[in-house]
Amino acid sequence: MYYLEANHIVKQYASHRALDDVTVRVPRNGIYGLLGPNGAGKTTLIRIINQITGPDEGEVLIDGRPLRPSDVEHIGYLPEERGLYKKMKVGEQILYLAQLKGLSRNAAKESMAYWLDKFDIKGWEKKKIEELSKGMQQKIQFITTVMHNPQLLIFDEPFSGFDPVNANLLKREILEMRDKGATIIFSTHNMGSVEELCDEITLINRSHAVLQGKVNEIREQHKKHLFQVEVQQGELQSNDLYEITDSRPVARGHAYTLRKCDPHMSNNELIGLLARQCQIAGFEEILPTMNEIFIETVGESALEENQNV
Amino acid sequence: MSKISLIIEREYLTRVQKKSFILMTILSPIIMVALCFAPIWLAQLSSDETRLIAVIDQTGLYEGIYQNTDEYQFTYTQGSFSPEQIRANGDEETAPYAYVIIKSNLLDNPRAMTIYSQKQITASCESAIISQMEDYLKNEKLLSYNIPDIKRIIDESDISLQVDTIRLEEDGAETQTSTELVMVIGMAMTLIIYMFLMLYGGQVMSSVMQEKTNRIVEVMVSSVKPFDLMIGKITSIGLVGLTQLGIWIIFLIGIFLSAGAYFSMSGGMDSSQMSDMAAMAGTMNGVDAAQLSGGAGAMQEIQSMLDSINITQLLVSFVFFFIGGYILYASLFAAIGSAVDNESDTQQFMVPITFIIIFALYAGIFSAENPDGPLAMWCSMIPFTSPIVMMVRIPFGVSTWELALSMAILYGSAIGLAWVAGRIYRVGILMYGKKPSYKEMLKWIRYKA
Repeated sequence: MYYLEANHIVKQYASHRALDDVTVRVPRNGIYGLLGPNGAGKTTLIRIINQITGPDEGEVLIDGRPLRPSDVEHIGYLPEERGLYKKMKVGEQILYLAQLKGLSRNAAKESMAYWLDKFDIKGWEKKKIEELSKGMQQKIQFITTVMHNPQLLIFDEPFSGFDPVNANLLKREILEMRDKGATIIFSTHNMGSVEELCDEITLINRSHAVLQGKVNEIREQHKKHLFQVEVQQGELQSNDLYEITDSRPVARGHAYTLRKCDPHMSNNELIGLLARQCQIAGFEEILPTMNEIFIETVGESALEENQNV
Repeated sequence: MSKISLIIEREYLTRVQKKSFILMTILSPIIMVALCFAPIWLAQLSSDETRLIAVIDQTGLYEGIYQNTDEYQFTYTQGSFSPEQIRANGDEETAPYAYVIIKSNLLDNPRAMTIYSQKQITASCESAIISQMEDYLKNEKLLSYNIPDIKRIIDESDISLQVDTIRLEEDGAETQTSTELVMVIGMAMTLIIYMFLMLYGGQVMSSVMQEKTNRIVEVMVSSVKPFDLMIGKITSIGLVGLTQLGIWIIFLIGIFLSAGAYFSMSGGMDSSQMSDMAAMAGTMNGVDAAQLSGGAGAMQEIQSMLDSINITQLLVSFVFFFIGGYILYASLFAAIGSAVDNESDTQQFMVPITFIIIFALYAGIFSAENPDGPLAMWCSMIPFTSPIVMMVRIPFGVSTWELALSMAILYGSAIGLAWVAGRIYRVGILMYGKKPSYKEMLKWIRYKA
């Protein structure tokens, strides 16, 4: 069951089609990555989900029913470009935004106390936003996003502007919210965090969804049949069945990177083959990183585009 | 709906609690009063100094014709005179400010009088010297005809008219009016509306722009509809304006009540009349303060003239035109604020708006001269000028259908413009790094939500 479905979304601006028949289905209670280069249409899609703007064609379903105006109260949105009222005090700011999300003033106060405590910044209510460091402002912004305990959280580049310690804190909070039942959409360029956090992704490029699926499956599909093999004795040579692409001495012997030539040959067969030639100390298949897949996919289409032009 | 009221509440409270608002609200009336009274005070200052004017009358005919005043002291000598003499005396403290030389009979030779001075003499001094002499000569000339009783005739011919202007009402009543007073009231209201349109319209624009450049707006519109956000902002700033106006009126009522209490000791006006008076005077911003100092008699006169103006109609129309005009212009300002990224880009849009408002102000000023002329008529129907021009006309009396039509047009276009502005706003606030053009904004209006 999907928590959020955006089906066949088309969004046309005057001379530019921001989204062209994009379909994204976000499973309940998972972390979903929305990837893509700048200007691909991610933000437009996020704005459509947030009902900031409407699609020209297509529909957005939440819990299987069409999106309603009141649904904004179940969504928490952290935009890429952060912003708070600079002259406003932290406490007022948090309460104001929480009330706009439909919390009563008392519920908002309760929730604020909880989050300030959690982020170890109790007693900040009276400080003005402009007096805080950028990192601190980000924390406040994050709190305003999650104050109303939303069912759906949308983070656009959540880690930008955080130091590693706070980024880690944030990551823990995101995972915790997922464990408590929230569904999370996560838009980022940081592929490391995608591999670490996301269950599924959609890669949007030039207004189209060009790659979709579970992270593991995508990496599996894009594998280049490369293996890292460490041998203690003996030596490997390229042959009809595999090709050595790299070799270097390591502490226990020698390490090779090799590509198997026949994709249908199973890994066990390969190990058997290798074991006959040398003493294997380590064997590992190298899966492509999301970063490589991203560059490959986006780069390819950029290349096509250039050829078409 | 509750979200709009939340926005209004926050925007209103933050603005009203700002130091600059409190300061402006308190200082403005003080500055206004100071501006009214400073010239009077300064004029009194300068009269402390008495200027000595030496009249050198070589004919001996004109001794004593000048009256000594607080400002000017005249001394008379006969005899010779040379400019060198003045130069020689020039450095002395007691040297006269100016010398009036009369060489021969002025009735025979009008060019026989000359004024010498070290410094350029003031215009008021020159006219004092010349006009007194002219009056004297005119009398002399008349006397020279040897008409019997000429002195009495001259005195009696000094006529000063006291004209009452009375307007015949449709219901047959006659009301005493004062054109000047009616003009003053109309102009004061016009100026107040003009000032608030510029001041608070500008605040709407800069506030919208600030939210956009702060990037808070994206968070806001993920909770509320852009149109609600815009309406909330326009409403709250309008309320701030009304609050400020209200505080000023209370201030002025206070000032005039205390002034009234002072005069009533001699005049004996009852307190309800007094508060009426004060309320009206409040909207006139102390213009008639000088008349008030004339005492209770003058005050009663003003009172009766104020009765000639339909105060309820005036105040109700003021509030309606104020609000309608504000919605109209604030919507325009909000649309502009949402479309631009920075202050300098506002120029191209601000120029036409400023032009229209200033045109409206001038149309208002000219309408005061001819409140039923075609300029006044048309400009009080066009929604961009009607709030300003109509307020000039109302104290002179405007027919009900005209008033109703003007308001209908104003509110119709204000609501229409707010809708259009909302369409532009919605797209504009999320559009960065693009210098907007009119063409672009027209396209935004047509975008699907």
